Amino acid sequence: MQSGTFHTTYASDVSLRPYWPQRIRIVIVLALALIFPWFADRYWLNLANTIAIAAIGAIGLNILVGYTGQISIGHGGFLAVGAYTAGMMAVHLGAPMWITIPVASLFTAAVGAFFGLPSLRLKGLYLAIATLASQEIIIWVLTHGKLLGIGESLSLPRASNNLFGLPLDRLGNNDFAFYWVCLVALILTVIFVSNLFRTRAGRAFVAIRDQDIAAQVIGVDLFRYKLLAFATSSFFAGLAGALTAHYRGIISWERFTIDTSILFLAMIIIGGLGSVSGSIYGAAFMTLLPAFLSNLARALSDVVPNINSYLPYMQQGAFGLAIILFLIFEPEGIVKMWRNIKDYFRLWPFSY
Amino acid sequence: MDRIIQLALSGIANGAIFALVALGFVLIYKSSDVINFAQGELLLIGAYLTYAMVEQFGLWWPAGVVVAVALAAVVGVLIEQLVLRPLIGEPAISVIMVTIGLSSLLRAIVGAIWGVTPRPAPQFLPTDTVTILGANVGVDRIWAFGLAIALFALLTLFFRFSREGIAMRAVADDQQAALSMGISVKKVWAVAWAIAAITAAVGGILLMSIFGGVSGTIGRVGLLVFPVVILGGLDSIPGAIIGGLIIGLLQSFAGGLLPPEWGLGEVAPFIILLFILLVRPYGLFGQRIIERV
Repeated sequence: MQSGTFHTTYASDVSLRPYWPQRIRIVIVLALALIFPWFADRYWLNLANTIAIAAIGAIGLNILVGYTGQISIGHGGFLAVGAYTAGMMAVHLGAPMWITIPVASLFTAAVGAFFGLPSLRLKGLYLAIATLASQEIIIWVLTHGKLLGIGESLSLPRASNNLFGLPLDRLGNNDFAFYWVCLVALILTVIFVSNLFRTRAGRAFVAIRDQDIAAQVIGVDLFRYKLLAFATSSFFAGLAGALTAHYRGIISWERFTIDTSILFLAMIIIGGLGSVSGSIYGAAFMTLLPAFLSNLARALSDVVPNINSYLPYMQQGAFGLAIILFLIFEPEGIVKMWRNIKDYFRLWPFSY
Repeated sequence: MDRIIQLALSGIANGAIFALVALGFVLIYKSSDVINFAQGELLLIGAYLTYAMVEQFGLWWPAGVVVAVALAAVVGVLIEQLVLRPLIGEPAISVIMVTIGLSSLLRAIVGAIWGVTPRPAPQFLPTDTVTILGANVGVDRIWAFGLAIALFALLTLFFRFSREGIAMRAVADDQQAALSMGISVKKVWAVAWAIAAITAAVGGILLMSIFGGVSGTIGRVGLLVFPVVILGGLDSIPGAIIGGLIIGLLQSFAGGLLPPEWGLGEVAPFIILLFILLVRPYGLFGQRIIERV
């Protein structure tokens, strides 16, 4: 375990994981991720897939909110755009998922850039309210989509779940097969986004977050980079939405209301704003919390007779309470708690 | 023509209720810069508390309403003390998220106590209709409009003449100056939340009476407060009133005159919202201090 920051070359200074304990940890996490599906049952595989998809969406939102500082309450709407684009391509064109998912992600990026236009004139609270409006407008388009030829809900043909001609059903059951799809998508997302913030565009995003006027003064084109941030963020929302569509097989607009937008905001707040790993922790926390509560309710159902009828309220209340408690006691999220734990052991037995 | 007058009158009545809810929202924003996403849940709490007082505890209805409104005010103050006080000085996203978390928590509590099935509301307002300019209008809507106006008048008097009201205006005007004049800003925030909870509770009770029942849909009105306050100006009380009436009329006409399968009544306020944000972000009456990028 390293006890401080010691770099002797520039290459090690700019590398993402400079220390061998960090590299070993990544190898262990990857190995666990590869072993996990062979031992887990469908319930746990389903949870893992949900977490992976949510993590992709949360990383996308974190690019916009955590790194670029533009508050968005419209992420659920962008997930819907991705899900419905993939769904309509699969239903009407019979396209397989390896075509629908990239196309849906790109299309969502374009829609996201369009709804990012108000960010050029608005910031902070006003932008948050503008994205709230775009959420409502997207859901309205979906629910009144007969005008545009969109149904309120779509069910995707099973045949569309194939990768380059290989039907996913051959790999095993739906949950097992999609575990690999989601895992690869998540790993690619993490690699892309971790490196994004070492590029020109990523640095520009962070500069806009920290001081937009100063960023403009040093030559960051606000118009271009804000739209780029909206587009990149929506790209991953579209990816998550398209994965959801193919994984669940049925999509309906109820999955993508403002509550979904709020759920994703809660994930990145609880996980940690401006942190890729934080987005994953937050997605895991927010997915496991309701699952834990329903298991708890099942375990207690003999002792407390009516507990199952209270379960939705327990989940909703726990969701709200988690947000409030995290904001009051640890505004920097799970990432900060994890760092505190590591610091404690790094310095142990001395406190400083 | 009758149809237009009818739509206009019902739009005005709804608009008066929106204005009431928006007023509480603006008060909180003016005094403490907090965007309150839990405004809809304050409506819900007011409505359900009244339902509980009148139907479940069997109080005479004016007494029940008074008790419910008082309890709602207590809830407002508690929220301010327990949840928002620790977040002073945190960035905007934290404050937004904490009110969002609060709305989720409050909805869960209301749901756990009263369930999701709509309950028949106690009828306070007369339900017959009268004919105005050839259009049939429910008397309950006229009552709702009248009560909302009366509450506005009361609040105007409060801000003009009472000690607390003047202190609130001072804090809204300049927090530093108010502090140095010996005004307790914390007390002002508590009063702002209490008034916001009261106006929301009254709005919730009026909606309950108009809908003839109490259910979670009352909380939906909380989202409509955003078009209202952005149209009127986020920090303007007259703006909240005018904005409420305009959005009420707009919703009524968009839902009633355009083909119903478009369902534009729901979304029209939000389209207007985006448009106003792009063209005139400070709204009709707001202060033009909004930071531009």
